[in-house]
Amino acid sequence: MRLIAENLGGERGGERVLSDIGFVLERSEALIVTGPNGAGKSTLLRIVAGLLPAAGGKVQVEGGGEAFPTVASASHYLGHLNAMKTALSVEENLGFWRAFQGEPGLSVEEALDTVALGGLGHLPFGYLSTGQRRRASIAKLLVSRRPVWLLDEPTAGLDKASEERFAGLMRGHLSEGGIVVAATHLPLGLEGARELQMKVGH
Amino acid sequence: MWSLFLRDIRLSIRAGGGALIGVIFFLAVIVTIPFGVGPDLNLLSRIGPAILWIAALLACLLGLDRLFQADREDGSLDLLVLNGDRHMLALTVLTKCLAHWTGSVLPLVVAAPLLGLFMNMEPLGIGATALTLLVGTPAITFIGAAGAAVAVALPRGGLLISVLVLPLTIPVLIFGVSASYGAVADPAPFLQPFLILAALTLFLAVLGPLAAALALRHGTD
Repeated sequence: MRLIAENLGGERGGERVLSDIGFVLERSEALIVTGPNGAGKSTLLRIVAGLLPAAGGKVQVEGGGEAFPTVASASHYLGHLNAMKTALSVEENLGFWRAFQGEPGLSVEEALDTVALGGLGHLPFGYLSTGQRRRASIAKLLVSRRPVWLLDEPTAGLDKASEERFAGLMRGHLSEGGIVVAATHLPLGLEGARELQMKVGH
Repeated sequence: MWSLFLRDIRLSIRAGGGALIGVIFFLAVIVTIPFGVGPDLNLLSRIGPAILWIAALLACLLGLDRLFQADREDGSLDLLVLNGDRHMLALTVLTKCLAHWTGSVLPLVVAAPLLGLFMNMEPLGIGATALTLLVGTPAITFIGAAGAAVAVALPRGGLLISVLVLPLTIPVLIFGVSASYGAVADPAPFLQPFLILAALTLFLAVLGPLAAALALRHGTD
């Protein structure tokens, strides 16, 4: 399984925010996208996920087989927003995404235990604190299997222990042959990850 | 798909879901009419089906702006679009429409016979109007989905959606009302306008979600 991006360009509101970005990620490789605010990190991730049209170039996966033929079908996207409904309980939220996204991975209880939210599944998502919401959202990555994780500021709002636990989750994902692309300001604790430095004005 | 349907139904009946707002609006409009028109029972029973249909149409439009906007605000819409290869986006939209109809519009259809009594309608007319509402209101939801998808990024798109959608719902209104009248007024036919109404719903069940899916796919930012 490979994730290939060639000469990617992106626009935001008619303004070119990135151009000529290219990378090839093999199995078990991670790419950390860094750069100042406004450098186009989030835009790059959204273009890779196919949520924004690329202004140039293309992204594709190779060797995904029948289950993961396209980048969109092979990817988890964890954006700034948690994609969870405040009126539903954490279990209902995760259960929905597990059923909807297909390729089921961990069960909802196991996933909640993994992010140290065991026993809180019955609470409405709206009752959780910011960090707990983020952890519940991270549990969403575990309930269905995807080889590519696209993470936009994944550790925003997490405490030190949760950051380390999340680093462990990413290492586990990589050791199973997964691919991680993460945009971040904070060190994620991934050894051997490649780094893509983005600058404002490109 | 079933899970999405269940989730949206749950959301519509939980706090803040707004499933009952449409029914309350429907009730308010129908109850106000006799005060405005006056106590002329014959007149009320004559305009009854039309008033029920117009009020139901407006009540349908009321909650439409939240159809995709709520999902967009919490990021769910991104993931629904991202899973477009597994679940065709148009089918996702169709499922959301059906859930919205079941949660917010079906209560209107259920309340319609009761409100028909306020309009002094005879039982046959009440039954016919409720039946045409049952068959015709999904069409309004399907057209509304296309409007809601176009206006999804606008913060106060509610009124815009109504203005966009209302002209397109006129055929549904015309055939719905004429079928309701056909059941009680003798020379007018019931079956023909009713079948056209059913055909409109089936046609829009395909066209509406396809148009909405196209708008959503190009509207993400």
